[in-house]
Amino acid sequence: MSGWQTFVAVAGLTVITVVTRGFFLLSEREWPLPPWVARGLRYAPLAALAAIVAPEVLLTDGALAGDWKDPRLFAVAAGTAYFWWRRGILGTIVVGTGVMLALKLGVGW
Amino acid sequence: MLAAGDPDAHRPTLRRRRGLPAVSPREEFQRGVRDIVEPSFGISAWALVTGVAMIKTGLSVPLAVFMSLAVYAGSAQLAALPLIAAGAPLWVIWATAFCMNLRFVIFSAHWRKYFGHFPRAKRLALTYFAADLNYVLFLRRFPEPGPSPARLPYFLGSVFWSWLSWQLPALLGIALADRIPTEWDLGFAGVLALLGLAYSTLSGRNSWIAALVAAAAAVAAFHLPLKLNIVVAIAAGVAVGVLLDRLWPTTAEPRR
Repeated sequence: MSGWQTFVAVAGLTVITVVTRGFFLLSEREWPLPPWVARGLRYAPLAALAAIVAPEVLLTDGALAGDWKDPRLFAVAAGTAYFWWRRGILGTIVVGTGVMLALKLGVGW
Repeated sequence: MLAAGDPDAHRPTLRRRRGLPAVSPREEFQRGVRDIVEPSFGISAWALVTGVAMIKTGLSVPLAVFMSLAVYAGSAQLAALPLIAAGAPLWVIWATAFCMNLRFVIFSAHWRKYFGHFPRAKRLALTYFAADLNYVLFLRRFPEPGPSPARLPYFLGSVFWSWLSWQLPALLGIALADRIPTEWDLGFAGVLALLGLAYSTLSGRNSWIAALVAAAAAVAAFHLPLKLNIVVAIAAGVAVGVLLDRLWPTTAEPRR
């Protein structure tokens, strides 16, 4: 993507921040949100997160990686274990990244 | 002067009846800052990773600075970066970011009850700065909706600190990104951040199933053009979530 295209993409993302964070404040009139809509929308961020993370972890060049010696898998396992132990996103990042770096730089995978 | 930990600090009428002064805007601003300082350390680490990730996925320094200062939405940025790097069409990038931000749409319905009486430009300026933690902390502080003089200063203190604790580390990450070798694959820290965010959003059986369905769909549909696998996966996850809520309801709902 060229610099100019990226600029347009980022400008659009800024508009999306303004519009989503202020969505129900855009109108002068109050819109009641049907409860089933609210319930459905609550799954969207989780689904989006899962949809982005899964291919990044599981796929290499579009194919399921056959090699178990993949630092990403161990990083995710360590981060996951930390999260369910302590419930901290920061610790999940630090532990997972630490394991990945140890395997890449230390073990040489 | 306020007694520290005064349980009635947020009830000006009661305080006045007891001969205490109503809470001053400055005290509310400070309280807004104080409440967010501790969790903001987590935000700062994430911002640092996001700053590094922006450069690592090939953004120029000016574009990365622009993205950080203007977009100011970490999960949407991290989600958009691989798509930008892959040269995905604009609408796919924007649709993905919009989906990442859908939780803010829900928050905004709530903010309406607190800030709905302000002029439109002011409302939108306020909510632009309202990130996840601000929302959670504000609702803890003011569970009852409606306008009140204490709310705006508290909100401003909260968003002031979270803005600083995001932008400064993000800029630091942008500045230091080139000192960190590419083969370290630190961009993966961004994936881990999203993973942690996903885990913290999981609550109850149905949300687990919806997430697993979305993950499986994203992998299975990976070869669709235009990164459409993300859109398909979100649709599948939401559909399964709504369906399960109808057929197999639980009391727990996904956390916002």
